[in-house]
Amino acid sequence: MAQQHEKYYVPASSPWPIVGAIGLGLIAFGAGHTVIDMKNEAADGWGSNVLFGGIAVMIVMLFGWFRDQINESMSGLYSNQLGHSYRQGMSWFIFSEIMFFAAFFGALFYARVIAVEWLGGASNNAMTNEVLWPGFEAHWPLTQTPGGTESGAMGWMGLPLYNTIILIVSSVTCHFAHVGLEKNNRKQLTVWLGITIILGCIFLYLQGAEYVHAYEELGLTLDSGIYGNTFYMLTGFHGMHVTLGTLMLIIMFLRVIKGHFTPDNHFAFQATSWYWHFVDVVWVCLFIFVYVL
Amino acid sequence: MSTVAGEMDHHDHHHHAPSGITRWLFTTNHKDIGSMYLWFSFIMFLVGGSMAMVIRAELFQPGLQLVDPHFFNQMTTVHGLIMVFGAVMPAFTGLANWMVPMMIGAPDMALPRMNNWSFWILPFAFAILLASLFMEGGGPAFGWTFYAPLSTTYSSDSTALFVFSVHIMGISSIMGAINVIVTIMNMRAPGMTYMKMPLFVWTWFITAFLLIAVMPVLAGAVTMVLTDKYFGTSFFDAAGGGDPVLFQHIFWFFGHPEVYIMILPSFGIISAIIPAFSRKKLFGYSSMVYATAAIAGLSFIVWAHHMFTTGMPVAAEIFFMYATMLISVPTGVKVFNWVATMWRGSISFETPMLFALAFVILFTIGGFSGLMLAITPVDFQYHDTYFVVAHFHYVLVSGAIFSIMAAAYYWLPKWTGYMYDETLAKWHFWCSLISVNVLFFPMHFAGLAGMPRRIPDYSLQFADINQIVSIGGFAFGLSQLIFLWVVIKCVRGGEKAPAKPWEGAEGLEWTVPSPAPYHTFETPPEVK
Repeated sequence: MAQQHEKYYVPASSPWPIVGAIGLGLIAFGAGHTVIDMKNEAADGWGSNVLFGGIAVMIVMLFGWFRDQINESMSGLYSNQLGHSYRQGMSWFIFSEIMFFAAFFGALFYARVIAVEWLGGASNNAMTNEVLWPGFEAHWPLTQTPGGTESGAMGWMGLPLYNTIILIVSSVTCHFAHVGLEKNNRKQLTVWLGITIILGCIFLYLQGAEYVHAYEELGLTLDSGIYGNTFYMLTGFHGMHVTLGTLMLIIMFLRVIKGHFTPDNHFAFQATSWYWHFVDVVWVCLFIFVYVL
Repeated sequence: MSTVAGEMDHHDHHHHAPSGITRWLFTTNHKDIGSMYLWFSFIMFLVGGSMAMVIRAELFQPGLQLVDPHFFNQMTTVHGLIMVFGAVMPAFTGLANWMVPMMIGAPDMALPRMNNWSFWILPFAFAILLASLFMEGGGPAFGWTFYAPLSTTYSSDSTALFVFSVHIMGISSIMGAINVIVTIMNMRAPGMTYMKMPLFVWTWFITAFLLIAVMPVLAGAVTMVLTDKYFGTSFFDAAGGGDPVLFQHIFWFFGHPEVYIMILPSFGIISAIIPAFSRKKLFGYSSMVYATAAIAGLSFIVWAHHMFTTGMPVAAEIFFMYATMLISVPTGVKVFNWVATMWRGSISFETPMLFALAFVILFTIGGFSGLMLAITPVDFQYHDTYFVVAHFHYVLVSGAIFSIMAAAYYWLPKWTGYMYDETLAKWHFWCSLISVNVLFFPMHFAGLAGMPRRIPDYSLQFADINQIVSIGGFAFGLSQLIFLWVVIKCVRGGEKAPAKPWEGAEGLEWTVPSPAPYHTFETPPEVK
């Protein structure tokens, strides 16, 4: 390990972690009660009030925490070693996100290759099919479930293909913006970052349009069997990540306009850019395994 | 070590521990956060332990006496959840917080504010989980493994609270693990190369990787339970093309690495204590590192040994059987290395060493019963019996918990600046050692004779064994109060501890005074 004599910045104390913990606690408690109320149709609304209260606390926490960090960074308190900590932390966070998606991809592969086939009588499950689900034939996309629910299937041409192209292009534009920052070309940075944000928003809009199409024209809903389940959970969680990524990009854009970041001190920008590439890669996997194959 | 002395002067003009409640709420100090983790873990240990007392009281006699079966199920479920996520994991995180920065010569954890956030999420998560017990219809009653359809079709309304509390526990664990792994990768003092790190640091390094890899998978599993129960999905419902067995695959893909998350740091602790009290270097340091990595790697390809009776294809059963048995090779390497370390050592038997010795023997018993369970055809007999309960309590109580006790006694002088009461501590050890075996050893026989787990009643022929087990259980529970007494006594005062109270101990943590100053190693020490 290289010799490092710069002092590692250890913040003295901070109110934001405990505020964040209260926020997360309220979100968990409120979300739980919201879901329970929805199920019981006993919506007196206090569950969702707690949930929104928690979200508000989280937003306050994020503003406060990041304000402190930006101020520390701008006043030069951060050493290279701390930059390494942040970058490694972000990399491991993205790895954890990959594993979260892996759970849902695993469910998709298992359902498609094993569960549906076995319900159709594959392997040694002839009696399962004959006795429990007579008349069910294994097929994918599962447009008719063993229980008899029918739905359409989402093709890959059209919207999904456009969205794939949009997201891949946005990854490239995000990289151009990053290169612009590293060359200290602020104009290149601003323009390409702006284009990336616009592409992200278009992606989200088209994804919304695709959901409307699926619900209204294809009859493909969240509860129409394992095909609809995996489709909506994977694309839905991906969409949430794109939303978060777009918000991060917008914040980076505002900071760039305020003149933040230098060619050798721009962790926040780099983390956002990594995050954006990550949602792009997840989408490519989604496009292949959920839509095309 | 002259650098360390120099560093102490440097401290005098530095701020000392702030006081008042905000010290604990706002702290970014790894030692404060470590202490909070350890106290939280001990409180949860007592809460989860009292649930175990309810279970053992009900099982003291055949028939239903004290609680109704639904409440019994809630007790087994929440006992398991609290002990895994509330007691063992936070205890290890607390130890990592206290010791890792001192062991590698770092000024603090790499991301101190996130460290505090990781901790403070836990009280909220467990408050939500415990509160759900008081809801109409009761709390989670589907076992800590929350198998579908028990957790989906047949669970109580409060399941959503269980799901979200597990979500935030997971967030806490992931952030804690990211902090540890980044600290180890980025904060080592000059000269502290990877292969010079103490084994506690190595085992935590690998544990942190496992945590980051599998806690998100648990989040996925609880999310699918949530949508299956409340939003009409059918991940675990054959009518919609899903499969309840899919739940078990996802859960155990998390669950098997998880059990190593709860034992690898123990290996690190034992690898510190046995050399210290044998006054010899650890035998086979590098093989210990490789064995830990091998165990962690194998943990990803053995999950279905929890599912031999689900009707998997025979090829899968055989694969998972052999893969599981392979784990005994690196584990055996570790046990042999500990024994070889003691060989011809000049051993003394202070309490940390006693717990470490008990760990080696009792953990190995748990390992052997695990090997028996790994054999597919005999697992058909053992599955879901008390034999399984005996197995995992041997590795988790007389394994993980004993190692945490050993660690607490070993490092208490460093944390508090005082020696603990050796007589009381020995009482704690011997009471725990005897009662833990009275508690768990007869369970093997109950299980082999066919007594199923998680049932509040049993056939009359199991009455004697259960009575013995319950007596052991109550005795073990009470013995832990001695530990509480020892710790409180040690925090309040006692014989002053020198910087290095253990003659044979090695490592940077013994180069700083006891109690360790609020800030250590702000200027990194030079490691030769």
